[in-house]
Amino acid sequence: MMTRRQLILCCGALILLLLPPAAHLAGSPYVISLASRIVIYALAAASLDLLLGYGAMISLGHAAFVGIGAYTVGILHFHAAAAEPLVTWPFLFAGSTSGLVVLPLAALMAALAALIIGALSLRTTGLHFIMITLAFAQMLYYFFISLEKYGGDDGLSLAARSSLPGLSLGNGSQFYYLCLAALVLFLFFSQKLVNSRFGLVVRGAGNNDRRIKGLGIHSYWYKLVTFVIAGSSAGLAGALLANQTEFVSPGLMHWTLSGELMVMVLLGGLGSLFGPVLGAAVFLLLEETLAMYTEHWMVYMGPFLVITVIFAKRGLFGFLVGEKERND
Amino acid sequence: MLLVIEQLLNGLQLGITLFLMSAGLTLVFGIMQIINLAHGSFYMIGAYVGATVAARSGSFLLAVVAGVAAAAVVGAVVEVLVLRHLYKRQHLDQVLATFGLIMFFNELIRVIWGRQPLFMSIPAGLSKSIQIMPGLPYPTYRLAVIGIGLLVAVFLWLMFAKTRIGMQIRAGSSNREMVGALGVNINLLYTLVFGLGALLAGLAGVMAGPILAVEAGMGESILILTFVVIVIGGIGSIRGAVVGALLVGMVDTLGRAFLPAILRTMLSAATADSAAASLSSMAIYILMAAILVWKPRGLFPAHG
Repeated sequence: MMTRRQLILCCGALILLLLPPAAHLAGSPYVISLASRIVIYALAAASLDLLLGYGAMISLGHAAFVGIGAYTVGILHFHAAAAEPLVTWPFLFAGSTSGLVVLPLAALMAALAALIIGALSLRTTGLHFIMITLAFAQMLYYFFISLEKYGGDDGLSLAARSSLPGLSLGNGSQFYYLCLAALVLFLFFSQKLVNSRFGLVVRGAGNNDRRIKGLGIHSYWYKLVTFVIAGSSAGLAGALLANQTEFVSPGLMHWTLSGELMVMVLLGGLGSLFGPVLGAAVFLLLEETLAMYTEHWMVYMGPFLVITVIFAKRGLFGFLVGEKERND
Repeated sequence: MLLVIEQLLNGLQLGITLFLMSAGLTLVFGIMQIINLAHGSFYMIGAYVGATVAARSGSFLLAVVAGVAAAAVVGAVVEVLVLRHLYKRQHLDQVLATFGLIMFFNELIRVIWGRQPLFMSIPAGLSKSIQIMPGLPYPTYRLAVIGIGLLVAVFLWLMFAKTRIGMQIRAGSSNREMVGALGVNINLLYTLVFGLGALLAGLAGVMAGPILAVEAGMGESILILTFVVIVIGGIGSIRGAVVGALLVGMVDTLGRAFLPAILRTMLSAATADSAAASLSSMAIYILMAAILVWKPRGLFPAHG
């Protein structure tokens, strides 16, 4: 007998898997591109949930890592297209459009940024942590605005999507399945992580940091590693997003995107990993639907969020799964 | 030298605006433990209502009164309808709900006033410049903004230090139940404090109207600066808000004015200009990160 939670997860997985063929049958390829966007945002939101839901690290600067991932792809593509080397010393690196190079590099750059930002931010807690993560994201935002070479304020267009052996990412369905694979891998890995000893320490520190420290565990390092994992996953999401829209701009690092990711996590359900996926889907679909009827869709979205916070305390996923199925 | 004084005054004026914003935000956080991202919306509402009344009536005084009143009323309504339900919740819920409020107010403004920015003219009596030193004329309006900000700061200090309601507010911040048990209507008190915070934001908005463009989303850029101010100053502390606001106002203004020239002495002109542009935008965030790494609770932490 399946639990309600498993039933919902199976249904969700089935929908996500069968979406491209269904969209083809219905003759609306646009749905696939929307679904790719949802899956990518779901990855970014789920990575933020590692921080928010498990470590109680309220980061309002998560968009910075999305932006760094996106810009890594954008800048490497730019140099490949302009046939102008990115680095000449200590070795020659000419830029690249190969997904095998740009995607891992995007995750790596975001991980590096997360290591630096996390190491400094985790010295603080509470509102100060919220603000310092926001401050770092704003710094990067202004930094990329000032990079005239890469389009400054206007951003940078990609000539084409990255290439991967055996795949053609220009094809909507194939690109969608790549994004889906990234999301599933991340969820699988994170599920293992949060239920491991490591995850117990992080969750414990999120609940009561003093008690964890009292046990003689230096929770700082555990939190930092979590911060880096979340950052690099967001970087991967950013790299995919750059490929999806074939465009990168500083707007990806703006604090409103961090806010929207946070909204997706809370809307779906904090600390459930699958919740943010649902949250991303609901948020983007709602945005899409409302935008069809009125350009002022935010007038409805805003109050919807407020009402969700006040009444659905554990998010939509918690609401669907039911009160007794709490996994934490 | 004259240029330096002029820029110092500009920095002071930005600092005063930031102080008006951060006093309200830090009060609300210090007393109610509420993170209110929608504080910038009250600033925007003040500016919009002020600009509209000024255009219709031609009276700047009326515009200030209307803008301030509108912001205070909207603030009180928001407290009663939304934030009252979130006092006992975690910060994350408050961030989310007030993020929803930002979306709502920005879009509502676009529905009512359209997408074009409004322009608000400087009141006739204050449109000239005053010779504050030989060779240094300074716009009267900006001086008036500085003066009003200082008056408000003194008023706030008197209210908190000397009056009965100030005493109740201070008591309410340290022990809500106890003050309630002593017969103070704590719900009303909170609504009043929140309304007062919104009122100050509205005042900042009306006064900034003639200096900046009045447009939807104008609240967010100042909101972020305001958060920087209260985090630098120490959350919940009015004294911290004063110091933080002046620090941020000065660093931001002076950075934009003098960094290009300073960097040009070391770098080539083009490199210097682009480096200065990005450094001056980033300066306050660098300042904040540095202060937090040095003092993780800000310069003047309010509680212990």
